[in-house]
Amino acid sequence: MEIDPFIFRLSIFILSIFIGYYVVWSVTPSLHTPLMSVTNAISSVIIVGAIIAGLAGNSDSIFNTSSIFGFLAISLAAINIFGGFLVTQRMLAMYKKKKKDK
Amino acid sequence: MLSANLSAIFYLISGILFILALRGLSSPETSRQGNFFGILGMVIAITVTFLSIGNFSTGFVVVLIFLLIGGLIGAFIAYKIPMTAMPELVAGFHSLVGLAAVFVAISAFLNPEAFNLGSPGNIKLGSLIEMSIGAAVGAITFSGSIIAFLKLQGIMSGSPITFKGQHPLNAIILISIIVITYLLCSTQSSNLFWILLAISFLIGFLLIIPIGGADMPVVISMLNSYSGWAAAGIGFTLENTALIITGALVGSSGAILSYIMCKGMNRSFFNVILGGFGANEQSSSSQNKEQRPVKSGNADDAAFLMKNASSVIIVPGYGMAVAQAQHALREMVDTLKKNDIKVSYAIHPVAGRMPGHMNVLLAEANVPYDEVFELEEINNDFANADVAFVIGANDVTNPVAKTDPQSPIYGMPVLDVEKCKSVLFVKRSLSPGYAGIDNDLFYKENTLMLFADAKKMTEDITKNL
Repeated sequence: MEIDPFIFRLSIFILSIFIGYYVVWSVTPSLHTPLMSVTNAISSVIIVGAIIAGLAGNSDSIFNTSSIFGFLAISLAAINIFGGFLVTQRMLAMYKKKKKDK
Repeated sequence: MLSANLSAIFYLISGILFILALRGLSSPETSRQGNFFGILGMVIAITVTFLSIGNFSTGFVVVLIFLLIGGLIGAFIAYKIPMTAMPELVAGFHSLVGLAAVFVAISAFLNPEAFNLGSPGNIKLGSLIEMSIGAAVGAITFSGSIIAFLKLQGIMSGSPITFKGQHPLNAIILISIIVITYLLCSTQSSNLFWILLAISFLIGFLLIIPIGGADMPVVISMLNSYSGWAAAGIGFTLENTALIITGALVGSSGAILSYIMCKGMNRSFFNVILGGFGANEQSSSSQNKEQRPVKSGNADDAAFLMKNASSVIIVPGYGMAVAQAQHALREMVDTLKKNDIKVSYAIHPVAGRMPGHMNVLLAEANVPYDEVFELEEINNDFANADVAFVIGANDVTNPVAKTDPQSPIYGMPVLDVEKCKSVLFVKRSLSPGYAGIDNDLFYKENTLMLFADAKKMTEDITKNL
């Protein structure tokens, strides 16, 4: 009997939940806001699906209903990717230690 | 064109980089490197997608244009947004992830050939289930986040909106989502797909309106979690490892944050979700409205007390964010430090409107992060401190949570502010906090109320120091 490939993806999914569980518990509470903005940015990797959808049209008609939804999704995800990573970087740059020379 | 196996490996690498991005956040020193890993993971995922499609015709240019438009908007927002608006920004971003998931699902439903999922009207059953879940969760994330955004932005009232039959109605809608998903999978009818989307949008809206402003930390974390599950659902449809890993990471991250926030309020998750907290408590607080004496003072008195202290603990809350008082506060602390007074900051887990909200604001005002402490770290120090300076916080300092089992906030972990030799409480009026209950701290012998705008009061104190 062959194993359905779905089971492999499900395994990856479940294991990743466990990884997420342990990794996120180790995040220091003072960085919880950057955690939210960065998870937001990485969940926009959904752009992968949007690109596939956008490029699905044939060369005669780039714009059909399906690909237009893809293009719109690309823009939405791109707002998140750029916005999310940049705002995280901006926040993290502000976390400074006490100056030692004081 | 990249082979399917090779691209799968690259997607795996990108998933691992995302794990490292979150791992980096375990300390501020490693966090910037973590963010870099995240960006790298994203670049790899996008590049690999282009290479595996291998179609660099006109469509490619159009994709780049849309990518650039979104990127420019995102970068612009990221640079312009004030740090006090971070909760709104995150809520807004969640709504975009949700909507993007919905759009990808629509696109896959209309043109399944592009994703190798079968043909329209004959989509593989497994893919259709995954697609429906991704679309429904995405739609809930979208409309829920929009409501959260409007509430945080103040466009919509922060008070809970409740009506009769709300819970039964929500239950009916949730059940019908499951029924419609089942019917959709058995008939492949596109009408059912649109109905599924419509009622998912509706339920996201209905789920968030009864939840009050101060419960927003839970709501934002919960929507964060939803956006992850939506991404994972789409990841299964596309058979894409990077998306599945990321969705699981984000989903569990949001769930953990919701749990931490609920624990910080000693409330169960369901209690928050059912909403209406703060609306039905008004009656109990109006009953015992006997006038109790309060001591109020001015900036001069406060400055005098602080000058003679040897250690001061500052307790910031949402009010500090509203008054934008974080910079004024840091200037006051600088002056105190010049007088050799030891200053630290105490942060309650649910202070502010999102997890870690206060920490970001203090970081913005150049407060070193090693002067900022969490509740468990600092709670024992209040007994040894001379002055507690409460600025914009209220319920999280209420000793009633420890003493009165009748109180709605009984059992919530609170900062032991009352154990300080004296307490300075900056507040605009004596009005009760969000939970609708009076704060016993106002009437304590050693409390001095400073009735003023948080920013102005802090500036005045600095002048008098």
